[in-house]
Amino acid sequence: MPDITERVVELIKSASTDLSPDVEQALLAAKTAEAAGSAAEGALQTVLENVRMSRTTGRPICQDTGTPIFYVWNPEGVSQRELLKQIRAAVRIATERAYLRPNAVAALSGKNSGDNTGIDFPTVHFEEWGHDYIQVGLLLKGGGSENCGAQYSIPSPEFEASRDLKGVRKAVLDAAHKAQGFGCSPGVLGVGVGGDRVTSMLKAKEQLFRPLADTNASPELDALEKQLQREINELGIGPMGFGGKTTVLGVKIGELHRVPASFFVSIAYMCWADRRKVMTIKEGNVALLAAR
Amino acid sequence: MSTRLTVPISEKDIRALHIGDQVLLSGVIFTGRDAAHKYMVETFIKGKCPSGERVLYDVLKAGLRGGVIYHCGPVVRKREDGEYQFVAAGPTTSIREEPYQGAVIEHFGLRGVIGKGGMSEKTLAACQKHGAVYLHAIGGAATLIAESVKQVVAVHKLDFGVPEAFWQIRVEDFPCVVTMDSHGQSLHEKIEADSKRKLAALLGQ
Repeated sequence: MPDITERVVELIKSASTDLSPDVEQALLAAKTAEAAGSAAEGALQTVLENVRMSRTTGRPICQDTGTPIFYVWNPEGVSQRELLKQIRAAVRIATERAYLRPNAVAALSGKNSGDNTGIDFPTVHFEEWGHDYIQVGLLLKGGGSENCGAQYSIPSPEFEASRDLKGVRKAVLDAAHKAQGFGCSPGVLGVGVGGDRVTSMLKAKEQLFRPLADTNASPELDALEKQLQREINELGIGPMGFGGKTTVLGVKIGELHRVPASFFVSIAYMCWADRRKVMTIKEGNVALLAAR
Repeated sequence: MSTRLTVPISEKDIRALHIGDQVLLSGVIFTGRDAAHKYMVETFIKGKCPSGERVLYDVLKAGLRGGVIYHCGPVVRKREDGEYQFVAAGPTTSIREEPYQGAVIEHFGLRGVIGKGGMSEKTLAACQKHGAVYLHAIGGAATLIAESVKQVVAVHKLDFGVPEAFWQIRVEDFPCVVTMDSHGQSLHEKIEADSKRKLAALLGQ
């Protein structure tokens, strides 16, 4: 049985302190697009300086290091129970080393566990796959952006929309407008279409692992992703809600089967501090990837 | 492009600011969030200030006149020489202090409140009446803001916990944007309304 504890600590450090290059590039492009001397340009300048400082000093990009959400793909015969123990141990170590802020509080009492572990905290999803190595993905999702997520049941008395691409578009635009700059824009929207209330949101969050510049395998969803990114940016909300040209860096949509009675559109909002990394661990050799 | 402001700030300098203006703030300010605001209102503004709290009251009265409160729960490290150092100090969501903020601005003569996400009508009215602004810090820029904290002057009410205590800090060129000014204008209201019109146009309504 492999011990991946120290590897996972490295993964956490990397996610928390070293923003992925595709996100940094997108932020740089967004800064260049804003009017010289505008508040939007200034905000993005500050963001980019902060990203560089965090990388150099090894300090968290944002103090809200969020909920650690892990996705683990393991070969046949590797114990998921053992991996879960190792991941929880890694989270405790990463908290001690200040890569993570102690962020797990009991839901009702508000008492902080002090080490980022608790009931279903961190979140860990497992999947067995056909390869002979382990892959671990990590998303650090801050509370401010998580609060801007949304789920639409279409149609409903509160939200009239059609059960098709037009309805998905309307829901995503509505959610982006409601979020304004509160989720620390410019962010990335993960969208799940179909499923039930749980799987729909899970699909939305999984989209956040996609590289910003990738192409959706479905041509119609790919077209909608690009259209929505353009249209949300036309709303003019801008970085931090100061007004400006870039409100989102990307929109990523995933589809899943649903029961005939339901049509859910779920939206996960990820802030500009889009902290996601993937690690592969093969016979002691480790590779860190920006996205999957 | 930024206006430089140094605490204590005059009313004239505040009245010259408008929404969208960028500010680089320097001087000694105080952090304060939920527990601090509740305490100030209950102990000093509505309450009679028991004698045990008099020392802090005098510190706050002197430091907050023309001064600034920052909505922030910092990550703080105690160095080997015993001095405190700010490690991460991004803004926290301000709207939770809406019930208290107007009274605190009026009572202590605050000229500025720094936070994230903006505030509502009561605070906007207090800014207009008493000559104060709401300054929006860059959410998530925790490392950069911590670097702008040059010295921890003192900490008060550490028994509230590290994030909730009053940290009296000297900052240099702390970057923020005026999103609520002393002329009754709110950038948050304006952007919300503008984007709502554009949304309606996109949806063909």
